[in-house]
Amino acid sequence: MNPTAALRKESAAGDCWRGFQPGDWTKSINVRDFIVKNVAPYTGDEKFLAPASQRTKAVWAKLQPYFAEERKKGVLAVDVKNPSNLLAHAPGFIDKDNEVVVGLQTDQPFKRAIFPYGGLRMVESGIKAAGFEADAAVHEAFTKYRKSHNDGVFDAYTPEIMNCRRSGIITGLPDAYGRGRIIGDYRRVALYGTDRLLEVKKEERAQIDDMWPNDEIIRQREELAEQMRALKDLAEMAKRYGFDITQPATNAREAFQWTYFAYLGAIKEANGAAMSIGRISSFLDIYIERDLKEGKLDEAGAQELWDQLVQKLRIVRFLRTPDYDALFSGDPYWATECVGGMDLDGRALVTRSSYRMLHTLYNLGPAPEPNITVLWSTHMPAPFKRYCVKVSKDTSSLQYENDDLMRPFWGDDYAIACCVSAMRLGKQMQFFGARVNLAKALLYAINGGRDEVSGDQVSPKTMPVTGDFLDYDDVRAKFDTVMEWLARTYVHAMNCIHYMHDKYFYERLEMALHDRDILRTMAFGIAGLSVVADSLAAIKYGKIKVVRDATGLIVDYKNEGNASTPQFGNNDDRVDQIASELVTTFMEKIRKHPTYRNATHTQSVLTITSNVVYGKATGNTPDGRRKGEPFGPGANPMHGRDSHGWLASCLSVAKLPYKDSLDGISYTVSVAPQKAHLSETQLVEEATKAFDLYFSRGGFHMNLNVIDKETLEDAMKNPDKYPQLTIRVSGYAVNFVRLTPEQQRDVISRTFHGQI
Amino acid sequence: MSTVQPLESGSRYDLRAGVSPDAPDEDKFKDDGKGAFGYCHSYESSSRYDGPGLRVVLFVSGCLLRCTYCHNPDTWHLKDGTYVSAEQVLKRLGDFAPSLRSLGGGLTISGGEAMVQMAFTKRILAGAKQMGLHTAIETSGFLGDRVDDDFLSVLDLVLLDIKSSNPDTYRNVTGRDLAPTLRFAERLASIGKPTWVRFTLVPGATDDPANVEGIAKFVAPMKNVEWVEVQPFHQMGEFKWKAIGLDYKHYDTQPPSRELINRVIGQFRDAGCNAR
Repeated sequence: MNPTAALRKESAAGDCWRGFQPGDWTKSINVRDFIVKNVAPYTGDEKFLAPASQRTKAVWAKLQPYFAEERKKGVLAVDVKNPSNLLAHAPGFIDKDNEVVVGLQTDQPFKRAIFPYGGLRMVESGIKAAGFEADAAVHEAFTKYRKSHNDGVFDAYTPEIMNCRRSGIITGLPDAYGRGRIIGDYRRVALYGTDRLLEVKKEERAQIDDMWPNDEIIRQREELAEQMRALKDLAEMAKRYGFDITQPATNAREAFQWTYFAYLGAIKEANGAAMSIGRISSFLDIYIERDLKEGKLDEAGAQELWDQLVQKLRIVRFLRTPDYDALFSGDPYWATECVGGMDLDGRALVTRSSYRMLHTLYNLGPAPEPNITVLWSTHMPAPFKRYCVKVSKDTSSLQYENDDLMRPFWGDDYAIACCVSAMRLGKQMQFFGARVNLAKALLYAINGGRDEVSGDQVSPKTMPVTGDFLDYDDVRAKFDTVMEWLARTYVHAMNCIHYMHDKYFYERLEMALHDRDILRTMAFGIAGLSVVADSLAAIKYGKIKVVRDATGLIVDYKNEGNASTPQFGNNDDRVDQIASELVTTFMEKIRKHPTYRNATHTQSVLTITSNVVYGKATGNTPDGRRKGEPFGPGANPMHGRDSHGWLASCLSVAKLPYKDSLDGISYTVSVAPQKAHLSETQLVEEATKAFDLYFSRGGFHMNLNVIDKETLEDAMKNPDKYPQLTIRVSGYAVNFVRLTPEQQRDVISRTFHGQI
Repeated sequence: MSTVQPLESGSRYDLRAGVSPDAPDEDKFKDDGKGAFGYCHSYESSSRYDGPGLRVVLFVSGCLLRCTYCHNPDTWHLKDGTYVSAEQVLKRLGDFAPSLRSLGGGLTISGGEAMVQMAFTKRILAGAKQMGLHTAIETSGFLGDRVDDDFLSVLDLVLLDIKSSNPDTYRNVTGRDLAPTLRFAERLASIGKPTWVRFTLVPGATDDPANVEGIAKFVAPMKNVEWVEVQPFHQMGEFKWKAIGLDYKHYDTQPPSRELINRVIGQFRDAGCNAR
């Protein structure tokens, strides 16, 4: 950028940046450099932590009736008239005198906003399901004058894609709601103020003025204009709350407020499935450390900032539809925050604020949001590892992801969007693509492209299995053909979706908090991996006889071999290699097809709670799974089949190749609370070693529950006794009592390992 | 002779009886001294109860005792196990060995009775030692006279179940004599082999204070005994008794109360044992 302008800004920011070590970050937008130059790693234990302040408790008490009412009633209020954006709603407060961090999505807590740019039908069905009346003026505007993302996508879809949606072989596509999985670098607002960010955006825009206006350049120019408008609106939104965020934050409280405003702006502008906050703990810790040093803040005050920010993150609400809830149940929004990890120089990015963030789970009680994600490195200080494990044991509210595995790919300033999707902050975004049902694809291969439930021809007609027994090589070859078709259709659908999303529902604020030139990934996904792996192993090692209905459709399977066939989740290479090979094969097929905006293809093995819906829509499978039975979530073995203990189970999952699944591999583990002779200290120590082991063997993700079946069964019967009972499902956490009974039963039926 | 099968893939908690109908009876079984093949019920990869650290536990089949409260009555007969090669077992163990080493654990052979198929067990234990693993067996000690010093040399730890100190009670609950077990315990003490004594607390069957006292007094002077572990009776094996059609005496037996467990642990501690 222009050096004179940079120098000028540097001196103006002088007071805001007092005491900070300068570096490249003072000359260009580079939050990572700021962190690396200024962070104060902490290697001690949790003894310094402070309890919740009176003000925090007062705000929390004001919110309790809303939570209770919501559990009974569902959606409490909807603003049906004003489509949400940065300036659509007047400032809202919970308890103005006691809030040290302010800002709500609408003018009242728990009042949900509407986002008709995503799709009007979704909005209206959400309003109706919540028991409210849609607004006629909004309806008119979005049918007569304004087209939505949803309208656009369906203009571009083909009959084949529609068939795939209907049959459930591809589902959960973000074609009617915000795609999410974009993380604005919200920290930039605190560190630089919006004026400086605007200036840089102007510069970025000027640089492409001379470039020939092909599609991409025109699109970029329009996007940059939108981004600049969003930054101005963001400053105006803050001004209405009484803050000037055009300049950098001058102290910790402002840094929290500025960062939160930026996030708040994002959730006013977009209703993405996952609206993650990024990796703010160790960044904000730098401001806290400075205030502590200057005597302006004490530990109680520092914790108060964290507690109150987290309170705000716990009351984010979006209006969804019943169909959506079935896929992603329990009202999640994945305000994912990452703590821990290492920097590239080998220092742990663990600070006192990493502890403070975890400590909110004690001060405010366990909760699903924010989705706190520990970036686990075997090199992190032992006291922090132990504290994480203790928090998991007490709250079941944490998930763990392998920093040692991700750092070589994404550096040391990435964060997790949603559950398991790593992206470099401000430098990368993804085109989210939900997932395909791989188990159904296998059944299509067996049935020549006919759906095993409806009997309809969905994938192109191919030769079905004609004999009475399944032959491994034959089925595998047929399956390959179906996967080839599925991959192509899937990329095709995704290109349509994201073209239209950019066009009609562009995330102007989140993208304003990115560099202009970013890495775009297109994230594909597979569900039912363990079902397919077990099925193929059953075909290979058993003797599977098919059962046909009157129309010749194969609808069931009997293993007439006497050997028990290998099952994924037992560290048995005979089947684990099939699973790994499937991940690689499908990824390779996806990679063959060009993507919108040249996005890099990635893949996840993640289901969220859709493993239940997918299972419901899928017929009997050769592994013995019955029609309608849920799949294992994410990369999990099928319920109850990982029967040799957690070590065998997690070693199987750890074999799945991350390089062909760069959007993450989700694995959920439930262990019963320890009843044996180990003391708490010993237990934490042993569990810490187990974590190190799993991650050093290449495990990507560990979603850990420490709970017993009896408690869950009791909570199903007496939900009022367990308002805050939190349980980790695939990649996120939910209030157990807010799951549907079907999903509650699914959670209970999972394998519970007796010990860790 | 049975044909060699893949090492089965089901859970240790599954019922698995009579899968190798051609197997010899366990009480007539003659060890060939080589132990290249044997009968296994199941294995578990993640036990924290059966020795130090994290353990792979191999459940072999065949036992000469008939404990009335046994939770694995589907491991009594050799024919209840799958016929497998020691080589297969060691290959499987090898899949876990690096993990076990880093978690400070190893292999525990349980059953059934680890000493029925002595040569097979020994071969596997020796293989585990070669992998750098800690080794243990869980045994009633009834066949202790049969095993030679070589066998004991591949063992780092013995988990010795002493079910009673009273020969009559012992016979009532196991159907066998107590004396061989006590002899084996003394032999382990004499060579200083690290041992954890295990006592299953079954209300109404083994909970008599005098019974506990007897074991405590017997064990207390033995310096090789690192722990006395009181294991509360549970009903997880009930369904197996029912399914096999055996006469189960403990349908109405409740697991011991916390008070009772504390009393028994207290008795051991009072006698000078390191109990838990």
